[in-house]
Parts: sequence; C-alpha cells; structure tokens
Amino acid sequence: MTILNTMIIDGLSFALPLFIMAIGGIYSERSGVTNLAIEGLQGMGAFSGALAATLVSGMFAAGSQAPMFIAMVFAMLGAMIYSLIHAVLCVKFKANQVISGVVINILATALTTFLTSQLNATVFGAPSNKFVLTTSTRFSVPGISQIPVVGAVFTNIYPFELVIVVVALVAWYVLYKTRFGMHLRACGDNPHAVDAAGVEVGRVRFGAVMVSGALSGLGGICFAYSISAQFSPSIYMGYGYLAIAALIFGNWQIMPTLGACLIFGLARSGGFALTQVLGLPSAFSDLFMTLPYLITLLLLIFFSKSNRAPRALGEIYDKGKR
Amino acid sequence: MKVNPLKRGFLFLMGDEKRQRISIPLFAIVLSLLAGSVVLLILGKNPLVAFTSFLQGSGLLPKASYAGKKSMLTDFMSLVNAWTPMLFASLSVAVAFKSGLFNIGVSGQMLLSGLVATVTVGYSDLPAVVAKPLVVIIGMAVGAAVAALIGFLKHKWNINEVVSAIMLNYIFRYAGSFVIKYYLADPVSRQSKAINASARLSLMDTPVGDLKMEIPLGIVLALVAVVLVQFLFQKMRLGFEFRAIGANPKAARYVGINVGRNLVVTMALSGALAGLAGVTYYLGYYGSIQPDVLISTGFDAIAVSLLGNSNPIGIIFSSFLITVIDKGSTYMSSTVGVRQEISSLITGLILLFAACGAFFSYLINRSRQRARDALAQSTSAQGKGEQA
Repeated sequence: MTILNTMIIDGLSFALPLFIMAIGGIYSERSGVTNLAIEGLQGMGAFSGALAATLVSGMFAAGSQAPMFIAMVFAMLGAMIYSLIHAVLCVKFKANQVISGVVINILATALTTFLTSQLNATVFGAPSNKFVLTTSTRFSVPGISQIPVVGAVFTNIYPFELVIVVVALVAWYVLYKTRFGMHLRACGDNPHAVDAAGVEVGRVRFGAVMVSGALSGLGGICFAYSISAQFSPSIYMGYGYLAIAALIFGNWQIMPTLGACLIFGLARSGGFALTQVLGLPSAFSDLFMTLPYLITLLLLIFFSKSNRAPRALGEIYDKGKR
Repeated sequence: MKVNPLKRGFLFLMGDEKRQRISIPLFAIVLSLLAGSVVLLILGKNPLVAFTSFLQGSGLLPKASYAGKKSMLTDFMSLVNAWTPMLFASLSVAVAFKSGLFNIGVSGQMLLSGLVATVTVGYSDLPAVVAKPLVVIIGMAVGAAVAALIGFLKHKWNINEVVSAIMLNYIFRYAGSFVIKYYLADPVSRQSKAINASARLSLMDTPVGDLKMEIPLGIVLALVAVVLVQFLFQKMRLGFEFRAIGANPKAARYVGINVGRNLVVTMALSGALAGLAGVTYYLGYYGSIQPDVLISTGFDAIAVSLLGNSNPIGIIFSSFLITVIDKGSTYMSSTVGVRQEISSLITGLILLFAACGAFFSYLINRSRQRARDALAQSTSAQGKGEQA
C-alpha cells in the first residue's frame, strides 16, 4: 500500500515538471521550430531561479516559501531570455534548427557551470559548484488524501505541482482555443497559408520559442527543487530530451503528452519501488529507466503511420518557396 | 554611394563564397576569442596570458617549468590522446551530414562500442597484438550496427533519425550504467574496473628517453580515416551518391540512386567512425567507463564538424582547436586563476558563432552585392555624365 502511494506521489512530482517542459516543446514544434534546446533551456531556468533564490533568501525568515516562488518567476524569465538565442538563430538567422538546439545545450551547460562556480567564488565567497536551495514544503489535501490509492494524488504535493497544473491549463487553452494558438499550429503545418492570411510567420514562431523557453525554465527549477534541492551541473540529466520523447509519444498534442509524461513518471517511480520491493541492488533502477525510451521507440515503429509530426517542422520559412 | 573603408576591408578579407568556407569559421573563432577576452577582462585577468596558457597547457608552447619526466612533448602527446576521439566523432558526424543526415547518437554509439569492447576484450588475457586490433574491430562493428539501425528505421518506417538516435542514446546510457554498476564496478572509483594495458589503444606512461609519455596509437587510424573519408567523397561513386542525396534526395532518386540503401550505408559508416571514437575514448584516452554519464563529445562533434565545414581536412583543424581549449584549460586555470570552466564557455561561443555561419555568409554576400551595385551605378552615372 505505502509502496503504491510512494510510487504515485513520486511519479507525479516527476511527471509534472516533465509535462510542462513538453508543453513548451509542443509550442515550439507545432509552430515549426524543432526544439532540441529544451535540455539547455531547463538548465538555464534552474540556474536563474536558483541564483534568484540564493540572492533573496536572506530577506525572508528561515523556512519561508517565498524564495521558491520568486525562483520560479526568475527561472521562467531567465530561460525565456536565453531561448531568444534559439529564436534568433532559427527564425532570423535561418540556421539549421538541430544544430542550433545542440549548440544552445552545449552553451547552457558551459555558461551555467562557469557562472555558478565564478559567482560562488567571487560574490558569495564560497568556492562551490552549486547553489543550495531550501527544501520545499509539501502538503496534503485534508480529507481526499485519506481515500486509498486515489488519495495519493493529493498527498505530499509540492506547491509547484499546483502551479504547473494551472500553467498547463492556460497553455492548453491558448494553444487550442485562441487565435494565437491557431496561427501557431498553422505555422507548423502550412506557414504559407498563415502568411497569406496576413500573419507574420517569423513573429509567431519567435513567440512560440519564447513560450517554450519560459515553460522549460519552470520545469527546470521544479526539478531542481524536487530532485536535489540544489542547482548543480547534475541538472543536465537528459530530462529535456525525455520531454522531447514525451511530446513525440503524445503525437505533438497536449493531452496525450500528459499521458506519456504520467507513464514515464510512473515507470520511473515504479522502477524504484520495484527494485526496493524485490530487494534488488539499486543498479536495477537504471534498467527500468530505459523503459520510457524503449516504449517511445517501439511506439514510433508500430504507429509510424498515425504518428504525425507537424508538416513544416524543421523547415526554414522561405516566402518565395512554392 | 560610398562604402565605409573598414567595411570594404572586411568584405575583401572574407572573400567570395569559396574563401568564406575558411574565412567564416575563422571569423567565428576570432569573435568568440574576443568575447572570451571580454569576460577575462571583466574578471580583471589578462586575456593574452590566458590564451598563451591554453597553448602552454596543451604542449604547443613551452611552460616555465616542468615536473620530472614531463616536457612540452609529453603535454603534446597527452593532447593528441584527447584529440583522437574528438577527430573520429567529428568525422562520424560529417559523413552522415554529407548525406543530409544528423548523427546525434554519436555519444550513445561511443558508449555502447566502448562498453562492448571493454566487456569482451578489455579484461581478457589476449596478447596486445591480438587484443588491440580486436578492440578496434569490435568498436567499428558495434557502432556501425547501431547507426545502421537508425538508418534502417528511417528508411523503413520514416522515423526521424534525430529522434531515434536520442532514444537510443538514453537506452544505452541507462542500460550501460546498469551493466557497469552491477557487473564491472570498481569499489573505489565507482567506475568500471580499469582495463588491461594489453587492450588499451593508448600506451600510458611509456618511458621514452628520460620522459614518460602517453602514446595514442589511435591517432594513426584517425588520420588514415581522414584520408579515406576525403577519398570517399572526392573520388568514389558511393561518396558522390551520398553528396547527391544530401544535396537533393528527390533528384537523387530520379537519377536512379538507391536512396534507402545509401541511407543505411551512410549511417553504418558514420557509426563505424563513432565506434572508433568510442574505443579510442574509453579504451584509449581513459581506461574505464563512468556510469550515469553520456559524454558531451558526441554532441560537441556536431558543432565541431560544422565549424570544419563537414570537410575532413577542415575537421582536423576544428577538432584540434576545440581539444586545445579543453586540454589547456587546467594549466590556464592555475596560471591565470580563472575557473577552468571558462574553456567550455569559449568553446560554446565558438560553436554558437559557427552555427550563425550561414547567416554571416548571407550578410557578407548581400553587402558585396550592394557594393558591386553601387560601383556599377557610379560608373554608369559617370558614363552618362561624360556623354552629356
């Protein structure tokens, strides 16, 4: 019982940050910009947020949760500003989008690692390669959390999980129910039609990449708080790439992607739980971690007909092209 | 219309499209070194001292003093040892890129081929003359098989090679970590146990005269690979087909090139090179494998290859430069007192500016065209003036 509960609780706290990053990816890719930069963007977000939290932590009483919310705001801002590089390279400079994504990731790792060490040494006077964050409080919804199994969803919730749910709802609404969302989706499938309708393709894509940056940053800081309660170069664990796997699994749509993220999250926590129950050495949890990627790969093979990427994904928009 | 002489000089320097293949990467490097200098100046350090230290640390300039049995030559050999996998990895990316494919799975292919070679040969008692070639062959075969699978998935089910390669990267990363932690772990280092010297592709601590140095045997193979890849693209039919597909897959199909088969063959070649990068890294430069990490070499190689214009000769220079910056950083850190992470920052900037190459080229060609138009206009106006 408790094992099942832990599995659900841990699974959710992993799946939700992954989900919000994947939504960012969906925004970017549905607008036609391949986004391999999510990994770098979430790291940059986690860095900006952790830096902000470290700077303001002295102003609040110990144990206050305010720095965490400030960190989330700055994580979104930092990653959004950083994502401008990807936007400029892909939209304005017409660079290859895969290369741009890879370079953004390389630069993010280098920049955050360097700045963390340098700032720790010069500003905070303590040589260290990480920013330690306060541990986030967790809460349970009284009443509902007592229901067996289902209650686990409402037990030991990180505050950021609520934030993510709200942001995800807004993101869903914007993508599917507003003009901007429709233009964005059209940009990924038929940019010439969007252009003919009098909307600037470049501007829509620019906006989409920035949204992607902000959401990836939010996901990054949530990982920093939930997994390790610190920012260090170990934030680059490849969760950005896992988010990409999730959105492909979800066929570039938000609700199926949520399903994919939940499966990934539960597979991960289930793997940890199973290793514990069976008394296996911890090395076996690594074996379970291959599952999300294996499932995605197999799914791509079996459903290659129904799995459909946006038609203009990865293509540079060329007005004159027929 | 007057063209600013500075701008004219710059345009002249950058040259036409042919020269831009060299001048634009150089421009990217200069830009990033300038950016790095600015960072160093902000930190109150002398950039010139820092850049000299990079060269000293990598054995290209003499240091002030050396520890016993060490010299500029030993530093340089150590640099070459680190350079070998980078050169292979960048070649691997370039081969795929020539056919319009991205091999983003180089890191995963490196890991798997390194792991398989370690498990099969690394701990065996085979004599060096058998073990070393065997390591090379296994590395190539494993890398080629994985990458051919990626090519096959694309050919058969139209699965984007970037996506399947990323999935495979992480499958290998986690499965590899499991194998290392469960079967091969050294209790002290928590990495895989060090392989036997007979299987290692770099001779470590070899006494030469009164020095002790690393002798990377892989570099010979790497340089041969450079020549072979160059030959493949310039002189062989297969290489021509690759380039035709890379330039325009539809046109290639119409002239009767078997695009699907070529897809698999290109990826297999690229994978074989990635496998060589893997064995020269894990069984050459290092003698063991660290769990839980997918090394960045495979990702860096994409940008390094771009910096070298996906040309084997260009890649020799670009991969060498990136390795110098990486290898020299430790010494630079000790002389200048800046965190050695600045080296990856400079590398990152070089790669970023290299990614902007197409845009630079576009800007330069447009300005050149404008300058030419202005010149033509002014001469024709002059001509008209004379007529009147």
